[in-house]
Amino acid sequence: MAKSIDVSDLDIYYGDFLAVEGVSMTIPARSVTALIGPSGCGKSTFLRSLNRMHEVIPGARVEGKIVIDGQDLYGDDIDPVEVRRQVGMVFQRPNPFPTMSIYDNVLAGSRLNSKKLGKHRSDEIVEKSLRGANLWTEVKDRLSKPGQGLSGGQQQRLCIARAIAVEPQVLLMDEPCSALDPISTSAIEDLIHVLKSDYTIVIVTHNMQQAARVSEDTAFFNLAAAGKPGNLVEMNPTRKIFANPDEKATEAYISGRFG
Amino acid sequence: MSDRTRTRTAAETTSRTEADPMSTSSTTSSTGTPDPGGRGRDTSGTARHLALSQPRLPSWAGWLVAAVAVAAAAIICLSLGWSIAGGVVLAVVIFAVALPAWSAAVENGRAAKDRLVTTLVWSAFGLAMVPLVSLLFTVVKNGAGVIDGQFLSYSMRNVIGPGGGIYHAIIGTVLVTLAAAVISVPVGVLTAIYLVEYGVRNRTARMITFLVDVMTGIPSIVAGLFAYAVFVLFFGEGVRMGFGGSVALSLLMIPIVVRSCEEMLKLVPGDLREAAYALGVPKWRTIVKVVLPTALPGIITGITLSIARVIGETAPLLVIAGSTDSVNTDLFANRMMTLPVFIYYSFTQPGVPAEYGQQRAWGAALVLIVIVMALNLVARGLGRLFSPKSAS
Repeated sequence: MAKSIDVSDLDIYYGDFLAVEGVSMTIPARSVTALIGPSGCGKSTFLRSLNRMHEVIPGARVEGKIVIDGQDLYGDDIDPVEVRRQVGMVFQRPNPFPTMSIYDNVLAGSRLNSKKLGKHRSDEIVEKSLRGANLWTEVKDRLSKPGQGLSGGQQQRLCIARAIAVEPQVLLMDEPCSALDPISTSAIEDLIHVLKSDYTIVIVTHNMQQAARVSEDTAFFNLAAAGKPGNLVEMNPTRKIFANPDEKATEAYISGRFG
Repeated sequence: MSDRTRTRTAAETTSRTEADPMSTSSTTSSTGTPDPGGRGRDTSGTARHLALSQPRLPSWAGWLVAAVAVAAAAIICLSLGWSIAGGVVLAVVIFAVALPAWSAAVENGRAAKDRLVTTLVWSAFGLAMVPLVSLLFTVVKNGAGVIDGQFLSYSMRNVIGPGGGIYHAIIGTVLVTLAAAVISVPVGVLTAIYLVEYGVRNRTARMITFLVDVMTGIPSIVAGLFAYAVFVLFFGEGVRMGFGGSVALSLLMIPIVVRSCEEMLKLVPGDLREAAYALGVPKWRTIVKVVLPTALPGIITGITLSIARVIGETAPLLVIAGSTDSVNTDLFANRMMTLPVFIYYSFTQPGVPAEYGQQRAWGAALVLIVIVMALNLVARGLGRLFSPKSAS
């Protein structure tokens, strides 16, 4: 149930400002693709354009093509709400809904869309998703407690459970570990390893070791200069990027001689 | 070593001030001055000692200065024949000068400024409380005796002299205000939702915001005249009905509801909206099921405060709802009495003898204040009830 994503000649704008220019890449199915690069180079912007979250910001727009399963995401007859159901997202800061319990947070995708689920089916989805997010054993006795009572790492895994409960094709992660301690980070990385057998995962990270640990492919984004649009410098299998990159800039960034 | 000296000087200060409170300032200045000098010598001598501890006034210094200030003010007032108010002001002034001066002598400039500003802030608070307490006291004193079962359950129909009650006015106020809330809350909340969720950076939203600001400043009598003018179009000259009052009150209420709801909706983090969008939830469902529940406590508080704000309006109701002595439960026909209008008429036309009407006015004023206070308490309760529960 995972799909690959083909991106061609993608330009992303905020109003008149061109933020990301000329990105073309293929993100393979059932694998983890990491996006690395210095701050402000457009990794997160690119990630958000993959499920049309980009246009939530007023004035933001996209030119170019993103094709999933033979359909252009930015085609005229595409419903962005439907796209987001198929392409889930986990954010940098854990953001469980404060008015909902842990149980309801996991079911938020169906609850908020007023889908009728039987008690038995709901329990099944909650347990499956929480097990999938590696959180079940920690919270199974307090499912009716508010989601905000959990620790940061648990909240982030709750958000992942919430995202996989709607069974998307693709899972986007925007620096999911940047607000977490090493133990929670390691828990989430383990989780990513498990999830990649079912989902196409794209992860933005500032942590080079993390990219090396979790991903099959790595894309390096960079800015030519301050104020210039970000662009894709190189995309290659992770092993090659970290051992023998094609571009000088990539090597400089990875070895820490830059930015 | 310097610590020990300082403790000793503080102890000396204490004993001397206790022995002779009236010579406070002279004592402290004599013991206070050598101390900084001693500290200076100390640091230059050893060059290692960190001066982290500072001489402090004893904890009861404030009370002592207050007592001295009150005593001094009392003496001056008695000798010059001033009123109590003048004496209180004088005592505050003496306190505000003496305590910082003492502090500047013993402690340092920063502590003195701190004490001065603290005194000023508390004085301002006290000043603000004076009218409130005085008002409550007067209303309770004059009104409490009037209120009994009959006062709350009788109308003024065929009452001359003693007796009668404000039942008809309570009914009128409740109905008119309720109808005003029924009109204003949907309009206000929906406007706020448009402004925050849909109209970001757009011309219409800016115009609405401007008009809402203008509406906030409409004099209430103008709102009443507007409602009268509208209803004259449909029902002819001389129309009086409770619903007209509701329309006038809703004109005053809508901008308050819009403003408070707008602020509350803005406080909902964008993260939550994005989280919902990312789950494939359409925008309107996100607003209804995520944004509104999260902002609900604040919205309820805002609505209740706006009700409390308009429930005491007199002028528009004088114009359009009119005045009557009988109970009228029909919002859409005939005159309807309300508490503020009742108070106004009971006070300006108390009848003969005047005392009964005036007593009823005080009683009605007390009831109105109690209703407003109860509304505020209900708002707080509801706000707490609906607020998101964080940690277990």
